[in-house]
Amino acid sequence: MSARTTPSATVGPYLAIGLTWDDGPSAVEPGTPGAIWLRGRVLDGAGEVVPDAMVETWQADPDGRFDHPDDPRGARARPGFRGFGRSHTDSGEYAVCTLKPGRVPDGEGGLQAPHVDVSVFARGLLDRVVTRIYFADEAEANAEDPVLRSVPADRRGTLIAQPTDDGYRLDIRLQGDGETVFFAL
Amino acid sequence: MTGMTTPSGLVLPRYPRPGAEALTPVGFPDYRSTASRAPLLAPVDLPQRLTEVTGPLLGEGRVTAADADLTRQHEGEPQGQRIIVHGRVLDGDGRPVPDTLVEIWQANAGGRYRHVVDNWPSPLDPNFTGLGRTITDGQGRYRFTTIKPGAYPWGNHHNAWRPAHIHFSLFGRAFTQRLVTQMYFPDDPLFFQDPIFGAIPGSARHLAISRFDYEQTQDNWALAFSWDIVLRGSGQTPFESDDDGDVA
Ligand SMILES: [Fe+3]
Repeated sequence: MSARTTPSATVGPYLAIGLTWDDGPSAVEPGTPGAIWLRGRVLDGAGEVVPDAMVETWQADPDGRFDHPDDPRGARARPGFRGFGRSHTDSGEYAVCTLKPGRVPDGEGGLQAPHVDVSVFARGLLDRVVTRIYFADEAEANAEDPVLRSVPADRRGTLIAQPTDDGYRLDIRLQGDGETVFFAL
Repeated sequence: MTGMTTPSGLVLPRYPRPGAEALTPVGFPDYRSTASRAPLLAPVDLPQRLTEVTGPLLGEGRVTAADADLTRQHEGEPQGQRIIVHGRVLDGDGRPVPDTLVEIWQANAGGRYRHVVDNWPSPLDPNFTGLGRTITDGQGRYRFTTIKPGAYPWGNHHNAWRPAHIHFSLFGRAFTQRLVTQMYFPDDPLFFQDPIFGAIPGSARHLAISRFDYEQTQDNWALAFSWDIVLRGSGQTPFESDDDGDVA
């Protein structure tokens, strides 16, 4: 029996009441060997920082594996690694502590470049918007990634995080000049 | 779950995108905050691959039994009408989604949130935080005890009031199924002027409204409302998707 999907609604301005976890930003504990911080601002169409957004991340582990039964290669847990991060932007930016993902099969016989799936929720967005984070130091893998290749070349840069002292940085521009590429799933 | 075999032989579940008549648009002109925040460019199609058909399975350790009763999180009881809110989490094929995290947050009986940004002149309730969490059972069922939230003004337009609602956040089992939404109450007189409710396509608005459930009402204790939440499914019967009579 089919059932109609429940329509989405905005997370509103008071999301912090319900969606705050002490360990939200920690896909791994900070200090774990290999841990990196993914950081960036969320900006609106006027270039202003959005301080009431929530950014969630989902990704493979460094071997390109998921702890999930629908991965046809089998679920593989990595102790201490959750694969999922949740960060508010009340400090002016999101920040997720994680491990750099490995390459994941693209389903067409090749491999995707290391990537992190991202959801952005905020007041003013009636549904989440979805994007991906890629890594600037994976140029070779990025060049053959089927998702990046499906994006107009002049907009690919909006998905590519730049290395920093403790990880990578990528701003998410919701609207306007340099608007981030968002995906329809 | 229907599978999709990729050219390299990986068998993946798939979660087809519902039609536009089922989806709330990201931006909606009458909802003022969307003007500078909703993207202007068309989204790029992302064929679902491994990262999209998997997702965090957050369960044990995230919640305690007490998290599902919002009336017992403080020394005293909160003001307001005590209610039970319950239902099932299903996928679009009508299958229950078991063991999945459900998070809710809401205003108090006077329509005030316990949040620094909310300062409209209605009192905070020292006995109400407005946060609940639970995990669905093996049949996809969830159940909260709370108080009925009040309506509140919000300045979107002259004399703008949000209809009473409870915010819900759900994960399902795949990144594609992630849903943040709001549950409304039957026959709310404020629907007509609310752009957040009004942004939902007309034929799908009833799906956001709970049903008064006299059977689950508890004598001398609480009223009850029932609301099923349907996450994206594998779309085995896409041509029946206009039939909404089968969701209890
Ligand atoms: Fe609200």
